[in-house]
Amino acid sequence: MTQQSLYEQVLDYANRANPYPLYAQLRRKPITRQTDGSYVVSTYREIVSLLHDPRIGSDFRKRFVRELAPAGFPTNQEPASENQAQEAEVPVPNQGSETEVIPSFIGLDPPEHDRLRRQATWPFGPPHKPGRVTDMEPQLIRLANRQIDTMKGKASIDIVEDFAYPIPVKMISELLGIPSEDQPHLHSLSEAIIEGIDLDPQESQEERKRRQEQSGQTFKKLEQYMEALIERHRKQPGSDLLSGLIIDHGPDGAMAPADIVSTASLLLIAGHETTVNLITNGMLTLLRHPEVLERLRREPNLVIRLVEELLRYEPPVQILPNRVALTDINIAGTTIQKGSPVILLLASGSRDPTRFHDPDKFDPDRRDNMHLGFGSGIHYCYGAPLARLETQIALTEIIRRLENPRLVHDPPPYRQSSTLRGPRHLIVEIDGVRD
Amino acid sequence: MLRIVVDLNRCESYAQCVFAAPSVFWIKDGESLEYDYVPDDSLRVQVERAAAACPVQAISICWLDEQLGQQRGNHNEQ
Amino acid sequence: MSSSDTEKTASSVQRIIIVGASLAGLSAAEALRSEGFTGTITVIGDEPYAPYDRPPLSKTVLTGLLPAEHTTLPQRVDLHAEWLLGVPAIGLALENREVELADGRRFGFDRLLIATGTRARPWPDSAQAALDGVCLLRTRDDAAKLRARLAAGPKRVLVIGGGFIGSEVASVCRELDLTVTVTERSSTPLIGALGSAAGMFAGQLQCAHGVDLRCNVTITALEGDENGRLRHAYLSDGDTLDIDVAVVALGAVRNVEWLHDSGLAFDSRGIICDSTCRAFNTNGMATDNIFVAGDVARWPHPLYEGELLTVEHWGNSVEQARTAAHNMMSAPADRRAYETLPAFWSRQFGVNLKTVGLPTFADEVVLTQGSIAERRLVAAYGHKGRIVAALTVNMARWLPAYKAMIEARAPFPPVLHAPDGPAELRPVPAGFPPRGQSTHSPIATPTGPGPSISPPEESSTSAKVQDPRVPPGFQPK
Repeated sequence: MTQQSLYEQVLDYANRANPYPLYAQLRRKPITRQTDGSYVVSTYREIVSLLHDPRIGSDFRKRFVRELAPAGFPTNQEPASENQAQEAEVPVPNQGSETEVIPSFIGLDPPEHDRLRRQATWPFGPPHKPGRVTDMEPQLIRLANRQIDTMKGKASIDIVEDFAYPIPVKMISELLGIPSEDQPHLHSLSEAIIEGIDLDPQESQEERKRRQEQSGQTFKKLEQYMEALIERHRKQPGSDLLSGLIIDHGPDGAMAPADIVSTASLLLIAGHETTVNLITNGMLTLLRHPEVLERLRREPNLVIRLVEELLRYEPPVQILPNRVALTDINIAGTTIQKGSPVILLLASGSRDPTRFHDPDKFDPDRRDNMHLGFGSGIHYCYGAPLARLETQIALTEIIRRLENPRLVHDPPPYRQSSTLRGPRHLIVEIDGVRD
Repeated sequence: MLRIVVDLNRCESYAQCVFAAPSVFWIKDGESLEYDYVPDDSLRVQVERAAAACPVQAISICWLDEQLGQQRGNHNEQ
Repeated sequence: MSSSDTEKTASSVQRIIIVGASLAGLSAAEALRSEGFTGTITVIGDEPYAPYDRPPLSKTVLTGLLPAEHTTLPQRVDLHAEWLLGVPAIGLALENREVELADGRRFGFDRLLIATGTRARPWPDSAQAALDGVCLLRTRDDAAKLRARLAAGPKRVLVIGGGFIGSEVASVCRELDLTVTVTERSSTPLIGALGSAAGMFAGQLQCAHGVDLRCNVTITALEGDENGRLRHAYLSDGDTLDIDVAVVALGAVRNVEWLHDSGLAFDSRGIICDSTCRAFNTNGMATDNIFVAGDVARWPHPLYEGELLTVEHWGNSVEQARTAAHNMMSAPADRRAYETLPAFWSRQFGVNLKTVGLPTFADEVVLTQGSIAERRLVAAYGHKGRIVAALTVNMARWLPAYKAMIEARAPFPPVLHAPDGPAELRPVPAGFPPRGQSTHSPIATPTGPGPSISPPEESSTSAKVQDPRVPPGFQPK
């Protein structure tokens, strides 16, 4: 077996519990070219720069694979001329396959992205529904406490299954107007889709292709579910976000039916697979820093800055793997070649010592904290306001109510994904639950 | 008294402050951020959430009681 | 510079006076305390108010959403400053290190920061300017008065000058559903700050929002009734308007008169200082104890070589004041140069306009992203094949990328292949008018060479050009 590159080690499940030392090694060079022709970006300045760069796209259909450079060939070679680049273009593997789906705004570039994002924001936030998220606060507090009530009488709990997963899933289901009896089915679909898009450097091309096909088929099932749900909402609209996408149009007009399906599917998956990790990472980090946990119990408003620090220190989205260079880009002494995949290590950027003082310290009082937890630029996380509020409330309530919570396994077992990283289970022993 | 100021050169209109404190901040005409410099004290937690959520850290908050005390000798505020 | 010298310098500075109690003055005081200055800080201001923020005065205050008195700025650090408000400074004695106030009091200093800023340029005929209904917009009191007039529902508002203030006032008038006429001596609004190519777009926005926009037109006279109330405006194209409110938006005048006979190098364009904010004296030497920041400063920027800049921006007041504060309490070797790129924003007619860099330095402009039809776009400004500024319209999130290109002196037109960019970049002339041709000021601009060359004061011919009543087409000999 050949030696793994640093980035391949990040993807390797064996390093899931603590990828941060690998990021530190990667940051010795801001941008490293991988043998598959992609470029991995690990430093804060370069990540921020590329997130705001109009020469970087998010539409994977604009990728092509070049002839790979032989091993040892210098990566900052003279860029090929435009003509040579065209000749070398090969479509990405799953382009044009049967399971190809219409990208949601996360995988589109301006101006289509901008219009879809505005349409999607219209029923969700400002300028039209600025109070949508804050209005959910009382319901969130009730939901968090109901989950905590189920822990009464137990000596040990699983933060993931009992708390961090149900809260965002119930909230996104409520937001989209999904009946509660459908939620288990969607849970399993969402999980299968995430497994399919995960990065695994050790599998063969065929295995990856088969896995992606399977994930694509699952995605089709999710879309079929959404189509039926949209039909029901069209006939009987409610005050939910999905009904808003269907009937409440802003200056950009109505969203096309296919776009409603892809948008709703995206929001559903994101609601299932991201905030769960932020809440769980938060609980884990607090249990590892008992003095901060105690402070939070005494000063509930500490949670505001604490969640921002979590987004820097243990972000649920570690990697943005889907960017593409639309033209040759010279940055930090490297030329990123046109058509190449660009992989942004957000979690590494947020631990960059040239940007953050003492970056490996978890410091909820940190003032200078322009973290990359939700990305930056035009693709800044759509659900960030909801994720923040959910995590602020969830952590405040559980720390307030659990008596003497203790970590059982450190590190806990992790989920497979290196991109959407978080514990699979977080078993905590408790002495009781306060009222 | 709670007072805020936003550096609108830094502001990139992520609107995170509007989501967090919708009666203090608002978006005008698609992208322009406007806000109340003197939000009601009851909105303190919302304003603190808004300032912490700003992706470009453009929002400054302060409590003005002491400032007013210093300046009262020279003029009457409001 | 050894550390003992640094300590000596720091400890010898005990009394700092800041003349100007607005954003720059406040920012300097905050920076002084943040950096550990423990001596006395005295802030002198001619207005009777604690430092307040001006940008909302032409926006949310006029629409009525924000009371004018709600614009007071937060003070982010404990200042322990002495505030002398409502009394202007009227003189500076360099040799005695003293500032004289209008009430006769004198105050000594070890370091002085001049941050006196600007005032609104008044209507040139003082009798007409005194008519009830003729308004300026610079101060909090101006804004409160103008708000009251707009709220009363005037039958027509006249805005004289299509610069940023004039355009924002006109935008608010349309939001309030008031009839409004804008007159501009040049061919487009905003031409002084953004050039005619962007100005044409701004003019289209005004017309689309129902403004009666009259370009290449001046107001030759304002006329009142027997009670001294404004009634008519006479236009250079022969038209007469029935109006009850006129907003004079002719740009700014620098508050430098109080420095007469001080020995500092200043004229109507500002006070000349070096990149560390030290004022120059009339012998062309940088002083060591007088510093300048904000709208009133005129200084060299490394990216716009050979020119002294004046920048009337919010961000410039903050950043230049911080630099000045740092340098005031530092030994010479620890001083730093002020190199922040100018940056600016405006809200009007449904769009957020933002700029970075110095558009007025440019000779060409090119649309790089978005489209005019969608009213969402990015334009890059170039000078001799290098990018020097950028403008975004409702696309502010791209501005940092262009800021980086400007700082890197990247080539113009930029090679981007942006997915929302045009297939082919087509630069056009930026279209800046000769100085004095527009009725408004450029806000941020190169103002000629310096600092060692003593610049000429404006001649009587250019003064004639700058009279806002003189119609377009007047050619100085």
